[in-house]
Formats: sequence, structure tokens, C-alpha cells
Amino acid sequence: MIDALHQFELAPVFGLLGRSVNFSQSAAFMLLAVGLITFLMLRGMAPRAIIPGRLQALAETSYEFVHDLVTGQVGDEGKQFFPFVFSLFMFVLLGNLLGLIPWAFTFTSHIAVTFGLAAIVFVLITVVGLVIHGTHFFSYFFPEGAPKLLAPLIIPIEIISYLSRPVSLSVRLFANMVAGHVMLIVFASFVVMIGSIGAVGILGAALPLAVNVALYGFELLVAFLQAYVFAILTSIYLHDAVHLH
Amino acid sequence: MDVLAAKALGAGLAVIALAGVGIGIGNIFSAMVTSVARNPGARDAVFPIGILGFALTEAVALFALLIAFLILFT
Repeated sequence: MIDALHQFELAPVFGLLGRSVNFSQSAAFMLLAVGLITFLMLRGMAPRAIIPGRLQALAETSYEFVHDLVTGQVGDEGKQFFPFVFSLFMFVLLGNLLGLIPWAFTFTSHIAVTFGLAAIVFVLITVVGLVIHGTHFFSYFFPEGAPKLLAPLIIPIEIISYLSRPVSLSVRLFANMVAGHVMLIVFASFVVMIGSIGAVGILGAALPLAVNVALYGFELLVAFLQAYVFAILTSIYLHDAVHLH
Repeated sequence: MDVLAAKALGAGLAVIALAGVGIGIGNIFSAMVTSVARNPGARDAVFPIGILGFALTEAVALFALLIAFLILFT
């Protein structure tokens, strides 16, 4: 039997001190991610060179990438939300990428973490919508020009689709990470299983190993793509909150 | 039928949803390729929308996969 879900179990780290405050490896990797982002932005931008070095180029590229994404989706009003979306994007991206290091822990593979992030987004878009539009915000649930007769049908659907946003946002990221890592370990287990049957087995084990290498490249793409999707959906929701449709 | 066999069957049935997702993702990328081939200048505008559609469709596949995992491992 392949024990695929063991890798997602939480365990306290840093010995007795970590155990007493339930400091899990998930929290440790979150701190590491935040530390790396802070290091990248502070150390990378320290030279302020006109011709950037590698680290500065990385910092500038990620900044511009998210900036274009937010202003492209939300418009000029999006600039005030840029720091939020940028930290969200970098945190999710670093979480996904750190998880791909062997023996590392993927904190985005826990629904508690991703739903926490999605809940922040959900509260933010609702509060922004209410602050900008007041009670007019509720007209969002009934598109302009729709026949009045359809109101009892449209309004519940719109409300349900609005409320399901944090669920789909969090489950998408969490399920992607879980599925990817389970797939990696299943194929890795195939390598061990086939390899253990002797000389012919070692030759046969090359096939799942090759699949695993390809999957690893695919997971790198998914790690970036999911962070991108998380950020772009946040921007789209912010656009809805700012402009109402 | 014992529980393990029923679990395996249930997990298999749960991922039938992937057929629809395969069609959906194929549709998205075929539309994306067609639009870029017709108007290469639209590439930058089309690409994020295509990726977004891909992610939204892929989520359905993952929901099905999640159900399969829930059946198998819990």
C-alpha cells in the first residue's frame, strides 16, 4: 500500500520549545517563505542600480509582473491594492516552490492555510465594495437590465456564486498541491516497487522515474500557475468590488 | 462486495468527471491557438484569459480527484 498522505502530516519542530507551542513545520516554512521574500525585496533592491544584477532583476521582474496584472485587471484604482496582491502572490508562490524541494513541507497543501488566505480576500472584497458603493453594492447581485421577472432566480444564484468564491479559490490551490504531491509520491513508489524485483526490475524502474522527472517539471509550472491564478482571481474580484460588473 | 472493492470502484467512478474536463481544456486551448494564429498581435491579451479559463476548468478536475482521494484514503 502506498502511503501517499503521510507527507502532509504536521509535526512539531525545534524540539521541546516547538512542541510546547505547537510550532509545526508548516509554520516554519511560512516563516522561511516570508523571510525569503523580505530578503529578495530588501537585498535585491539595495543596490538601486540602473543596470540590475541578478537579484535586483528578479525583484523588479516579480514587482512589474504583479503590478501589470493588478492594474490590467482593476484599472488605475487597483494601485492601492497592489501591495496586498503582491504579498499574496509571493507568499503562495514561495509556498508552492519551497514545497517542491525534497523533504520540504508544502504549507499551501493544507486547506486551513489556503482557506485562511481566501477568507482574507473575501472579507477584503466585501468591505471594499461596501465602503465604495454603500448599500448600492447589493445591486451587484441583480445585473442591470435583467428582466424583473427573473429576479427570484437570478438573485439566489448570484449570492451563491458570490459566497462560493472563497471555497473555489482555496480548494483550487489546495487540491492542486495535494494532487501534484500525491502523484509524485505514487510514481516514486512505483520506482521502488518495480526496482525491488531484481535486475530486470531496475531496467523497468527507469520508466516511472522518467515520468517522475517530467512530472516534476510540470509541478514547477503548476506552482507558478496556481500562484498566478490566485492573484488574478483576487484582482478580478477586486475589479467587481470596485466597479460592480 | 467488501468495502475495499467498493472504495476502489467509487474512486474510479468519481474520476469519470475528468472526461468533461479534458474536452473543456482542449476547447480552451484550441480556441486560444486559433485566435493567436488569426491575430498574432492579440497574443498578450488572449494568454491570461486562456490561462484563467484553464485554471477554472482544471479546478473541476481537482474537485473530482479530491473526492476520489477522500474515498480511497479516509
